[in-house]
Amino acid sequence: MRRVILAVTGTVAGLVALLTFKTHTGEPSEAALSPAPAQAGTGSTTTTVLPAGERAVTGNVANTVYGPVQVQLAVKANKIVKVSILEQPSSTEHDLQIGQFAFPKLIAETLSAQSARIDSVSGATYTSGGYIKSLQSALDNGV
Amino acid sequence: MNNSTPVAGISARVRHAEHVMGTVVSFDVPVFARHEGILQAAVRWLHWVDRVFSPYRPDSDVSLLARAEVTVDACAPEVAEVIAACAFLSDSSGGYFTASPGGQFDPSGFVKGWAVERASQLLSAAGSADHLVNGGGDVQCAGGRAPGEGWRVGIVNPFHAGQLALVVAGRDFAVATSGTAERGLHIVDPVSGRPATGLASLTVAGPSLTFADAYATAAFAMGDALAREWTESLEGYEAFAITDDGATWQTSGFSRYIAVD
Repeated sequence: MRRVILAVTGTVAGLVALLTFKTHTGEPSEAALSPAPAQAGTGSTTTTVLPAGERAVTGNVANTVYGPVQVQLAVKANKIVKVSILEQPSSTEHDLQIGQFAFPKLIAETLSAQSARIDSVSGATYTSGGYIKSLQSALDNGV
Repeated sequence: MNNSTPVAGISARVRHAEHVMGTVVSFDVPVFARHEGILQAAVRWLHWVDRVFSPYRPDSDVSLLARAEVTVDACAPEVAEVIAACAFLSDSSGGYFTASPGGQFDPSGFVKGWAVERASQLLSAAGSADHLVNGGGDVQCAGGRAPGEGWRVGIVNPFHAGQLALVVAGRDFAVATSGTAERGLHIVDPVSGRPATGLASLTVAGPSLTFADAYATAAFAMGDALAREWTESLEGYEAFAITDDGATWQTSGFSRYIAVD
């Protein structure tokens, strides 16, 4: 699981200030065919049935200055195949904007870097600052 | 900033990221390359290139030449080599590659790819048969990532910087991409003087990063239609392009670089 968690922390690097998603604050719980958490306010529980061979890995709730964040990964053969945001700050308009922008980006980056098994990245020249946000930076961090 | 981290799961290799030439050059090399000082030699070479060729350093050979304060004879011999190579590339691209963007001598468009390929050659000459060097998105691979396995390089989707458009794979090859993604409309068509249009990104793959990088820059400046015709005519180099409207095209031999899995 260490590789998987590194993938998340690597791609999250540019968003850490916003989210401070910490994976080392405790053991993540793992459960095959795990039920999704109860949806707040509905009073009912939705059960997620995962495809064969997939495991759900749920991170601990991380309390950020903007509110709680919790992420769940679907893992198959040690590769992330799906990233779900279980909980995110949504109390203000600003929170919603961050969620709409940051989380889809984080999910896409995590998935593309994982599924493609790449050693390096070619793209229009990045500056030193842009590099931090790039996939290459995630790779250099040992994804 | 320097940092080196062992690659998870492959204890015999090491990654190193070096901030130099206004970007980051990433190395993936065998551990012995670091222990025996080969990696440090390649890194020193890149910083030397920066000191000699940077147009942002007032005391670099390139800056002194641009201000006509010295002649080529008084510069490092590599300066004459670069000037000759730029002249060749300008001729063979119909003027779309230039060492004088904006009218002043600035071979930056050539130097990065050339310097990264030379760094790879230094590693090879010192016994590192399998390595990868990535200079700000332009990649030179030597050998493969593991016995029997080629290197895999993702081509960034210019419309979604966190996603890949394609993965290329192989041994002993280079891949360079020009585009507007990270620095805005930074490639100007030297023939018309306006920002190049029609393409979102253009990737060139072939044996040498020096040529792949320069060809990608020139072809991007040509715009969609001319780039397609010109890259098809290049000997030993293949191109893949993504147009402004998201369509793609590739030269007839590019498919051999596309990863099969």
